[in-house]
Formats: sequence, structure tokens, C-alpha cells
Amino acid sequence: MKKELRLMKGNEAVAEAAIRAGVDGYFGYPITPQTEVIEYLMEAKPYETTGMVVLQAESEIAAINMVYGAAGCGKKVMTSSSSPGISLKQEGISYIAGAELPCLVVNVVRGGPGLGTIQPAQSDYFQATKGGGHGDYHLIVLAPASVQEMADFVELSFELAFKYRNPVMMLSDGAIGQMMEKVYLGPQKERSNSVPEWATTGKPASRERNIITSLDLDPNRQEVFNQKLQAKYDEIKKNEVRYEEFQCDDADYLLVAYGTSARVCQKSVQIGRDRGIKVGLLRPITLFPFPTKRINELANHVKGILSVEMSAGQMVEDVLLSVNGKVPVYHFGRMGGIVTTPEEVVDTLKSKLIGG
Amino acid sequence: MAVVTGIKEIIKPENLVYAKTKLMTENILSYCPGCGHGTAHRILAELIDEEGLQSETIGVSPVGCSVFLYNFIDIDWQEAAHGRAPAVATGIKRLLPDKFVFTYQGDGDLAAIGTAETIHACNRGEKILIIFVNNGIYGMTGGQMAPTTLPGMKSSTSPFGRDVKIMGNPLKMADIVATLPGAYYVTRQSVHKPANVAKTKRALRKAINYQKLNKGTCLVEIVSNCPSGWKMTPVESNKWMEENMFPFYPLGDLKTPEE
Amino acid sequence: MAKFKGSIVVDIERCKGCEVCMVSCPTDTIAMSKEVNGKGYHYAYPLNPELCNGCANCAMVCPDGVITVYKIKIKSGDEKGIKINEGQ
Repeated sequence: MKKELRLMKGNEAVAEAAIRAGVDGYFGYPITPQTEVIEYLMEAKPYETTGMVVLQAESEIAAINMVYGAAGCGKKVMTSSSSPGISLKQEGISYIAGAELPCLVVNVVRGGPGLGTIQPAQSDYFQATKGGGHGDYHLIVLAPASVQEMADFVELSFELAFKYRNPVMMLSDGAIGQMMEKVYLGPQKERSNSVPEWATTGKPASRERNIITSLDLDPNRQEVFNQKLQAKYDEIKKNEVRYEEFQCDDADYLLVAYGTSARVCQKSVQIGRDRGIKVGLLRPITLFPFPTKRINELANHVKGILSVEMSAGQMVEDVLLSVNGKVPVYHFGRMGGIVTTPEEVVDTLKSKLIGG
Repeated sequence: MAVVTGIKEIIKPENLVYAKTKLMTENILSYCPGCGHGTAHRILAELIDEEGLQSETIGVSPVGCSVFLYNFIDIDWQEAAHGRAPAVATGIKRLLPDKFVFTYQGDGDLAAIGTAETIHACNRGEKILIIFVNNGIYGMTGGQMAPTTLPGMKSSTSPFGRDVKIMGNPLKMADIVATLPGAYYVTRQSVHKPANVAKTKRALRKAINYQKLNKGTCLVEIVSNCPSGWKMTPVESNKWMEENMFPFYPLGDLKTPEE
Repeated sequence: MAKFKGSIVVDIERCKGCEVCMVSCPTDTIAMSKEVNGKGYHYAYPLNPELCNGCANCAMVCPDGVITVYKIKIKSGDEKGIKINEGQ
């Protein structure tokens, strides 16, 4: 299949990939650093070619609820925002998870808390992987580390979303959203005509009415439903873990990092090895499900692990859980929108884990 | 079914004048005795049946007393988060433009938490029907003050009466929506007396047919009672509604199509 | 002038005794029972069935849809006494 080569911003790549993947609808709201997604879609006018609906909603809350409505009809729909807007969407996301609807939510993370800053950060890890909204649910979380992955993960997200009837989040950051890189784009796919049997499309005589809801006041039924959701997440943990390793096989020290931090750490691995430290990098691609098993295995032969994130330390907790006490685990990261340098990572590795 | 009947000889299928539509399910309505919701549901279900729209309709239910609306009318339903029904309906209608899509909301849903969604859906002229049941109180959560609670009206969070100096005045949502170019048909009705029931049914039928024209949003407000929240008997509450709610929320058309 | 003779069927277990039908009845047909149904409500019933003209006001306002209405047309000329004719 011939792919088209373009030079694009990460945000633009998401938009273009969505059109080509035959996405049915996008509902969004402007917020820096991801506004290019909706701007690109509005200029591209896919409603004239594929019929894709593109709508600027009055708020992030309205946008996620439009996603809910359209997803309830079995359509491939998505929204995008950045940290404060994603906070607004949490109720809607919880409802989508509770109603078991498929959709994609793109978070181009910026510094927080509160209004924060517009520069990149990775401080929404907890929100993305531990809930964010109320209730016992999980998003499948994909962490792109390049403009190519911003494009590729759109189709992957919908595959996973429909496979498991679950919302999927692409957890990106302001650097990847704004940077320009080469990206290979696949051909235009046709929008799907298939209608899932649970979707609300108007009740024909041949079936019972479909009700998209997350409400059940009967505690016994509600517990059974929650158990069903947990079983689903167990399946996802079993089948959908994705990660990339970089020189881990002979590593004495391990860096764990995703997204922009992973790009930085790739350089840190080089620098470390140049200085005689056998360091490797494990880059989780899925943050939920987390590569717990693999990190636990690697902990058998490394002497220490440094979790590198642009935050006060969020993913480090999952690394600690995965390592389960086998080796020391530390966190390093800049905050406030600052991207760490590769040297800083190596220096911290030395001071915290190696000593000296 | 335990029944009491009138003159038995008249009770024959060919003499049938009125029966509840089959589109209402057999589930017992969860509303308090005398609550207008039941009447509103029934005429809506009748209309969907009469217009042959059962397989073309998707309803959006709110959070409020009518949260279980999807148990009572036999069509496809989506349960929306509190106040978000117009956004949910927007998502549905934009992706399935040939379907009949409506929301059914109470006053807390539509006029408090959902004000932005209501205004913006109507401003965009979303081709949906919004049914707004306004009883000036939060019924489901036990009778708190609503944005449409009248000045001086008592509720559990305005136990000494609504003080407009502190809480502002009630919002007349239908009036606000009627000023928007995207709103196509806006009317205010009630379902407490047979003549009003007939008028409301006519208004809803118009709104259903207007949706096929794709010209804008229809909003049908139904001023209704809340015997439990108002702490009155159903008959008393209907009388109180006529004497107090109607002067503030007058019945009639607020906006009709130009042709 | 044609007159109508009506007959209502009340599903008494679903009736919640709200009395809105009674107030809407133009002929004083409906009253609330002294007995209660399984839920403890005094249900509505046709106390004076011979007065019912089948207008269906009661059924139209009933929030729970518990009333079904039937009626027949009475041939004019039968004003004296109430005779029941087959259909119309």
C-alpha cells in the first residue's frame, strides 16, 4: 500500500490520519497547544469528501457529550483537548466508559495544575491511567512519541476502542503536538457502514430497544456490571501491552520514559554508554495496560531504574509497583513545561543510582 | 389486570375511543401521583406511534425525575449526563440526520447545569426537538430550588421563599431561546387539563414534522406540577400552577415559523 | 342531536389516586373509592357509570394512563330513558 510522505505537525497528523481512517466525526474546542487539530479539520472540509462531521462545540464538556451521543449510535468519533479541557471532560469520559462506548480522546498535555502553562508536560499520567473521572474504569492509553505515531495511533485507537467497547486516550504532549516531522500517511479508507448491534439507530420491530446508559440502581446488578468491566480490563492487560526497548538486554540501569521524555532518554542511553554506563530504555507505548511484566523481568538483571517524566513523578509509581522492591527506583523530571535535557538524565542517573 | 368498569355492554373493541398507546411499555411509571411527566410521556409516545416513527426515533433522557424515561417508551434511548442532553442529541443528529431526535429535560437539567448546552444547541439551530418540563423545582433530589423557581416560592433550599436579591430571578428559558435565529418553533404548553393536553399534543406534532424540514431547533416547554416538591395534593398543585406559574410562564407560542 | 354513552375501564392497581381525572370529568361519573389498591391508593372508578358520555377527558389527563374509554352513539329520539344500542 503506497504511503504518502508529508512534513507535518503532530496535531495536524492526528487530523489528517483521522480523515484517512474514515473517522465519522470530530467534536472539539480550541485550547493551546492542540488547536491545530480542529483548525486543520475545518480547512480540510472532510464533510465534503468523506462526510465526516467536524463541529466546534461550545465547551469541552459539550464536545465530549457530543462524542457520547454519536458513539452511542455506533459511529467512530473523537475529540481532542489539552489538560484543563480534559479535566472538564472527565464526567463525560466516565459516562462513556460506563456505557461501554468506543471513542478516541486526544490529550496534548500542557503544564498544570490549574491554568498552568502552554508548554509540554507529562503531569496528566495519573488522570489518564488511574481514572480521572469517577468510578472503577480505565481508559486504554496510548503514548505516541513521534508525529508518525500521532498519525498511526488514530486507527489503532479505534481498533481497540471498538474491540473492547471502551474509550481510548492518546496521551501526547505539547512538544509532539507542535513539532514537525516526516510522516507516512496511509490511503483514504471508506467510512464504515456497519452498525453494532448495541447502537441506537431507531428501534426496528426485529429487536428490543437499545438503551445507552450507565445507570443501574440495583446494587447486585451494578456489582455484576462492574465485575464485567474489570474482566474486560484484565483482557486488555493480557492482550494489548505495547512497548519498545532500546538496548535493554545488557543494561545495568534502566530508564523508563514515554513520549517526549523517551525521545530525550534515547539520547541519554547513547551518552551514558559513551561514558561507560550500560543503560537501556524501556518506552511504554501503552500506559494502560502498563508493561508491568516486562519491567518486572528487566528488574531481574538491572541494578536500578530511573523513571523520567515531565512531572513531579507519576508513572514512577507504576514502575515501583512493577518492580515490587527488587531494585531501587527513582524519578527524575522537570516541571513547569520544561523539557529535560539528555545530559541531565544521565547526571541524575549517576547521582541517584550509581553514586558519584 | 384488576379493573373497575362502567357499563359493560359498551366495552367492545369497535367502541374504543381511547387507549394508552402500545409504545408505552408495561412498566409502572416511577412518578409521584398526579405528576405531569406521565401525561407528557404518554402523548409523546402516542405521537411517535401515530407518525410511524418508532424505528426512526432516538430519544435522549435527562438526569432528574425522568431519568428512567427509557423504561417507559419503547424506542431507542440514550441517557445523558445532567444538562448535556442537547449536546448528546447534537452528536446523534449530526451523525444520523434522517432520524427523529429529541431530548426530554427538566428545569434543573435544562436551565441550570445545562444552560450552555441548551442555548448553544438552539443557537446552532440543531435539527432536534427539546421537550422542557418546567415545574420550578428539583423533584428527584427532594425539592430544591431551581433556576425556574418563582420569587417567594418555598423549596428545601429556599425554605423562607426565593429571595431575588440573593438568588436572582427565575429564568424564562423559552423566551431566551426564542430570541435566537436558530430556534425555529418555541412554545409553552401544559398537560394538566384535557384541553391543554390536546394543545400540547398538537404542538409536539408540529415540532415532530418541523424537524423533517431541517430548519432549526424546536423547543416545547411544558409547565407542569410537582405535588411532592410543592407539598400539595395533585389537584391543589394544578390549581396553584394555574394561579402562580402561568402568570409568570404564560402559555402560548413564543416563536413560530415565518411561513 | 346525537348523544354519546360512554364506559371507562380503570386499571385500579396502576391508579395512584391523584384525582386529576375526577376533576376533569364533566359529568360527575368518577369518584375515588373507599377501598385502597395494593399500593394503598384510593383508586378512581366510575361511581355513576350511566352519566359517562365517553368524552375521554379522564383518560387524556391521567398521568399513569390507567383509563381506557369506550363509547357508542345513541340514536336521537331516545332522549327519554337511556337505551343501549348496538354499536352505531
